[in-house]
Amino acid sequence: MELLLAISIGILGGSGVWLLLRPRTYQVIIGLSLCSYAVNLFIFSMGRLRSGAAPILSSRTGSLADYADPLPQALVLTAIVIGFATTALFLVVLLASRGLTGTDHVDGQEQ
Amino acid sequence: MDGWAHHLIIAPIALPLVAGALLAVYDERRQFLKGLINLVSTLITLYIAIVLLQQADTSATGVYLLGNWPAPFGIVLVLDRLSAMMLLLTAVLACASLIFSLARWHTAGSHFHTLFQFLLMGINGCFLTGDLFNLFVFFEVMLASSYGLLLHGSGPRRVQASLHYIAVNLTASFFFLVGVSLIYGVTGTLNMADLAVRIPTLSIENRMLFEAGAAILGIAFLTKAAMWPLGLWLLSAYPAAAAPVAAIFAVLSKVGVYVLLRLCPLLFGTPAGETTGYGATFLLVGGLATIAFGMLGVLASQAMTRIASFSLLVSSGTLLAAVGLSDAQITGGALLYLVSSTLTISAFFLLIELIERGQNPGADVIAITAEALGEEEDEEELKEEVGTRFAATPAVLGACFVGCVLLLTGLPPLSGFVAKLALLAALFAPAEQGATSGIPTANWVFIVLLLLSGLTALLALSRVGIRAFWAPIDAVVPRVLLVEFVPVVCLLLLTLGLAIKGGPVMRYMAETARAVHAPSSYVDAVLTAPRIPPAETGR
Repeated sequence: MELLLAISIGILGGSGVWLLLRPRTYQVIIGLSLCSYAVNLFIFSMGRLRSGAAPILSSRTGSLADYADPLPQALVLTAIVIGFATTALFLVVLLASRGLTGTDHVDGQEQ
Repeated sequence: MDGWAHHLIIAPIALPLVAGALLAVYDERRQFLKGLINLVSTLITLYIAIVLLQQADTSATGVYLLGNWPAPFGIVLVLDRLSAMMLLLTAVLACASLIFSLARWHTAGSHFHTLFQFLLMGINGCFLTGDLFNLFVFFEVMLASSYGLLLHGSGPRRVQASLHYIAVNLTASFFFLVGVSLIYGVTGTLNMADLAVRIPTLSIENRMLFEAGAAILGIAFLTKAAMWPLGLWLLSAYPAAAAPVAAIFAVLSKVGVYVLLRLCPLLFGTPAGETTGYGATFLLVGGLATIAFGMLGVLASQAMTRIASFSLLVSSGTLLAAVGLSDAQITGGALLYLVSSTLTISAFFLLIELIERGQNPGADVIAITAEALGEEEDEEELKEEVGTRFAATPAVLGACFVGCVLLLTGLPPLSGFVAKLALLAALFAPAEQGATSGIPTANWVFIVLLLLSGLTALLALSRVGIRAFWAPIDAVVPRVLLVEFVPVVCLLLLTLGLAIKGGPVMRYMAETARAVHAPSSYVDAVLTAPRIPPAETGR
């Protein structure tokens, strides 16, 4: 499972960075989204990979080792919400730029 | 510290939040009411910041446990001299730029007042929080509102600048998240004080991961602080912003500097074992490169807003290099420099708008840099002329400009001189007892760059000053409202005040620097903060 997760984070991050460096605004926003997926998975993995372990204590008995670390899950949730909002805002700016300059180049003019 | 005084620590965050939410309810037809609410809230924040500054100066580090959870488990707000000083600086700049904007800028787009309050909330939160992830949240609140404010007034140039600004800052936020989660994965805590305790106990393989996390985290702050070459976004964003927005943005880059100033001594101070001094050389070299780059940029610019932006880079570079030297005496001088240069650049951004109002629109189009951006002047959106033509207007503008020049170049009698003098004195006298062999090379380079940056600023500013005030033959007296003069003059008077009250100010700065470089009191205060006993209920 570790290998699979590491490879997916790598692929998402790599494609994200490549798209981020492209000259079209649409490519940039897709690149930013892919990067944020990679980062979110990365945060999640920092709580160590566990399967079938609950993040919330269900009873007072048993040891803490039976539970997954809840904090990275909370962090990831916050990061997703914030990333979602900023991506939406970026989309608006992207459309405004397209409308004002008539091109979807990030510099507002073809080279 | 008990009762309401204790709860005052959260007020600089809660008040702008409530005011911003309230402002979002009213639509754009209620401009007067919105301006009034914003002004009242900002003035109260200023008052609270003054009270908190006195509190921080007289009593021990104030710790506010959110939700009454004990320190490493819950989120804490921490008030010490450094954060109180930054709160006051932010509040002063906020008042100045808000009053300036009330003359006409606040109607140039929608939701100016709401975004302004949320920006204040984000900045204040960054200064107060004692938790890394909470810092991320406040950072994002600050950035999200700054995106909106940069777009204020619209126009192709601002939209273009915002596009770059948002993309760069979103990417920096990813670095922030990766760094924070790496640090959490290794140490199991995000509380800054708890981190300082746990770092010396890290095993070798974990220490490497921790250092990688800290370095990645540092990228996010260095991008915000605009270290060369991470700060190139600033040069297209700040000149494009509306004048009052640029004035408040002057403190935004100082947030990155503040976090580095807080975290470097805390995490990599002397008790940190093997990691002591991690990244200091990098900060020093990066800071010096930033000064050099900013200096050359100041010389090469034609438009005044570009000069102001490059001056901001010089100021950031100076502060980063001072953080990199990690010496209490140097930090003391750097803190005064921070306050003085931020006030100056903020006033300069406001002043530029007033000066350029009198010039023929497009006079600066000869500036190669503006041409490269390929935009026409988009100031037409504010066609209605405001203000009356005072005969004394050019004289006042000129006097303010001279004040800004004195401050940016570090000449007496204003605080720019005192700040540079304090920095230079500290650089010439290394505090370590072992350094009897003379002044280290790094200090020499820093001294030379600091003096050269003053000289280049003087050259560049005299050139634009002559062009703006003496050269125009058919100059029209710009229409300027009194309310637009007041903030500029007040900011400049404040720097004069800093110079006159140099003794007490330097004492405060020196004590702040000492506390920053001896973080054990900070750590103890946070980790031993008492919980408030639960109130007696009727049961």
